[in-house]
Amino acid sequence: MPANPYNGYTDYGIGLGLRVPHYDHILSEKPTVDWFEIISETFMVDGGRPLEVLDRILAQYRVVQHGVSLYFGSADDPDREHLKRLKALTKRTKTPWLSDHLCWGSVDGTYSHDLLPMPYTLAAAKRTAEKIRMVRDYLELPIAVENVSSYTEFHVSEMTEWEFLSEVVERADCGILLDVNNIYVSSKNHSFDPYDYINNVPHHRVAQMHIAGHTKFEKYLLDTHDHPVLDPVWKLYAHAIRLCGVTATLLEWDDKIPSFQEVHDEALKANQFIAQAREAKIPAPKKTSRARAR
Amino acid sequence: MKPKSPPRKKRAAPARVESTRDLADLQKAVWGLVSQPLSASNRMRPRTRDGRSTAKAVGEIVKPNDRLTSFERLEIYNRMYWFRVLDSLYEDCPGLRAVLGDRRFMRLAEAYLQKYPSRSFTLRNLPARLEKFIGEEPRWTRPHTALCRDLARFEWAQVEVYDGAALPLFTVEHLRGADPAKLKLSLQPYLQLLEVGYPVDDFLIAIKKREALLRGDASNAPTGVRAEKASKVPRPKRERCAIAVHRLNGRIYFKRLEPAACRVLLAIRAGQPLVRALAAGLPARSADGGAAMAAQVQGWFASWMQLGWFCQR
Repeated sequence: MPANPYNGYTDYGIGLGLRVPHYDHILSEKPTVDWFEIISETFMVDGGRPLEVLDRILAQYRVVQHGVSLYFGSADDPDREHLKRLKALTKRTKTPWLSDHLCWGSVDGTYSHDLLPMPYTLAAAKRTAEKIRMVRDYLELPIAVENVSSYTEFHVSEMTEWEFLSEVVERADCGILLDVNNIYVSSKNHSFDPYDYINNVPHHRVAQMHIAGHTKFEKYLLDTHDHPVLDPVWKLYAHAIRLCGVTATLLEWDDKIPSFQEVHDEALKANQFIAQAREAKIPAPKKTSRARAR
Repeated sequence: MKPKSPPRKKRAAPARVESTRDLADLQKAVWGLVSQPLSASNRMRPRTRDGRSTAKAVGEIVKPNDRLTSFERLEIYNRMYWFRVLDSLYEDCPGLRAVLGDRRFMRLAEAYLQKYPSRSFTLRNLPARLEKFIGEEPRWTRPHTALCRDLARFEWAQVEVYDGAALPLFTVEHLRGADPAKLKLSLQPYLQLLEVGYPVDDFLIAIKKREALLRGDASNAPTGVRAEKASKVPRPKRERCAIAVHRLNGRIYFKRLEPAACRVLLAIRAGQPLVRALAAGLPARSADGGAAMAAQVQGWFASWMQLGWFCQR
């Protein structure tokens, strides 16, 4: 089910993150790419080269906005100035949906610039869902929340991460940006089965997927986005596509960025799984309801 | 009378998160630990700011697993936070780094970020209050505080110029029908005008050339030869300068201004009518009756128009 209410009923195929080292290549060679994902904050500025580049990209390509600082999970209210700038950018890009992370990262107006993991409790899910609704109502756009990689778990947590994600998206009635690499990284860091995670989220809400590379350290995995996608992540992705149907997919490569062609070739590997899913004519995932009481 | 029980030790964070208030308290506690400065060896410090055992405080909040203690798990975030913000400032301040050296610069940056942590959703704004901080706490930059303040202003100006707003250009057509006595001009919001006590523009250009030489951007010479050629850039000597930081075709440029020209531009920026802006910048009398000055002013305005510095109001 490529198109659903959470991605603005679009069928976007395989996208790439728009990154500075590739600007010149993209603008001069105009390669064929299904769509680009931009980091909203990079372009929430008043002018200059960032917006000049963006306008030239918009003239040629479809663009989807992905953010890193809405912090749906922070206890404080959304920052109005931030939302005003974000809305102005969405008018410019005409993004069909907007994604940001299921995490927190600001306290009383001070920003960590990190994606900090949530305590998985019902009260936290309620507050997070409330904020997602506020943002969606202000921006008047479908929202998809992305599961993050994490390295820490809290004593106060009352449920698994996938139960928390499901609780939030059902309460907010929003979409999921399913980051398959993040699921894999967290599964190793917290010793859970990544297939349990993917099997138990509401598949009909998956608006988009992320794939990426990560780094193995002795005692944990780190989500570095500086490698090709590793085999276990591809396997997990194939499984997710079988459950969710064909879904807009984006490769993230943010550090030690190789040539545009290399990044694009890596992303296009997802096509084999998408082709299988298209051939299999996977029916639209059924709407699921939460097992937990509200 | 019941004997008073000894006061219970305050927990680092709530034992349960059952409300938004609990969530806020937990997040404050975690943020307090994550934003603690690192030790000299870039590890999480063993004691919190208020002297508690960090391991104990973290242990009350974070679960250990079979490979990492609670302390080690939160330390990953503590290190990531500091590496990210320090790297960002490091990138933005090549001039300050050159004056202070990397080690002193990092100490300055760490002290700055403790006093003024990020209050913006974007790392772009991280250096916004650095000049203010240097002025408030000169011990981090002594004896080069004045130079460091100028550099912090200059480097922040470049951030502002890079992605500041550009409004539609003012053209000669817009002069039609204007009353010369009341005419007001507007400067592009991105244009930054600085009056500084050191030639920071020349210094920064020399620093960037040196860095490019060390990286080998402009030379095929072997690394050893490049390092020899890229001798250290001497600290600039005091010299009052007026500098415009501007952009053209997406690139940042520095332009030296005559002091009088800078005064005129600053008066225009302050919203003065053109007549008063000129009076603010120019001497009241000149020996040749103003002919030479008139030609000079005409030259300034022609150049500023060409560079697109005037915009429609």
